[in-house]
Amino acid sequence: MAIEVDGQSYETDEEGYLADLNQWRPELATAMAIADGAPLEEHHWEVINFLREYYEEYQIAPAVRVLTKAIGKKLGKDKGNSKYLYELFPYGPAKQACKYAGLPKPTGCV
Amino acid sequence: MDNDDDQVVKKFMYMNRKAPYGTIYALESLEVVLIAAAFDQDVSLVFADDGVYQLTNSQSTDDIGMKNFSPTYSALGDYDIKKIYIEKESLDERGLTLEDLQALTYEDEDDDWAEKDSIHLVSREELAEVIDQQDVVFSF
Repeated sequence: MAIEVDGQSYETDEEGYLADLNQWRPELATAMAIADGAPLEEHHWEVINFLREYYEEYQIAPAVRVLTKAIGKKLGKDKGNSKYLYELFPYGPAKQACKYAGLPKPTGCV
Repeated sequence: MDNDDDQVVKKFMYMNRKAPYGTIYALESLEVVLIAAAFDQDVSLVFADDGVYQLTNSQSTDDIGMKNFSPTYSALGDYDIKKIYIEKESLDERGLTLEDLQALTYEDEDDDWAEKDSIHLVSREELAEVIDQQDVVFSF
């Protein structure tokens, strides 16, 4: 599979996760979100950018529980709960947000 | 997940005894640990024999075409894994000290998120006692 953005093609796996995370650009996240029918807003970007920073530091995509706790610490308690994160990413915060962030599917995510 | 009151917490130990690269054991162990962390059990990790090399500082995998997964160990604290045992004899036999290994910490929720050391340096004899207390030991 592949995703097309600005005339360029990016390889993805069968679930739509970017094959090479070094190819990631913000425009890819925007395109994936539009394809899913829910364009990205500032609150989404906070989470996406957080995930990219987490991956940069630890080389893994965090499990939902870890993400929730870390977001709460970084962005405030009102955002560090699964209700808030599931409202932003109804397909699952780790799964959907990681996909937009160009990261592999979180370890332990089924 | 089952939330019955009689939920049993077992002591799970993951024993890491092989060098980080060359075989898949170290990476597989780490992945199993991160997945199993979701089950709220009492988890501890051991690094012994060549396994101590898994935690050495400044690893570079540029020339072997494998991902350097050593930064991931510092995420263990986020996964509530707070007990990491390093066998002293294994370090001694390889001319290593704790200084050569990356620091691993966790934030204590009950102590205003103070950062605490996860690493326990233990002798072979002490380690045997810790192993003896486990319900399950996975050897990698």
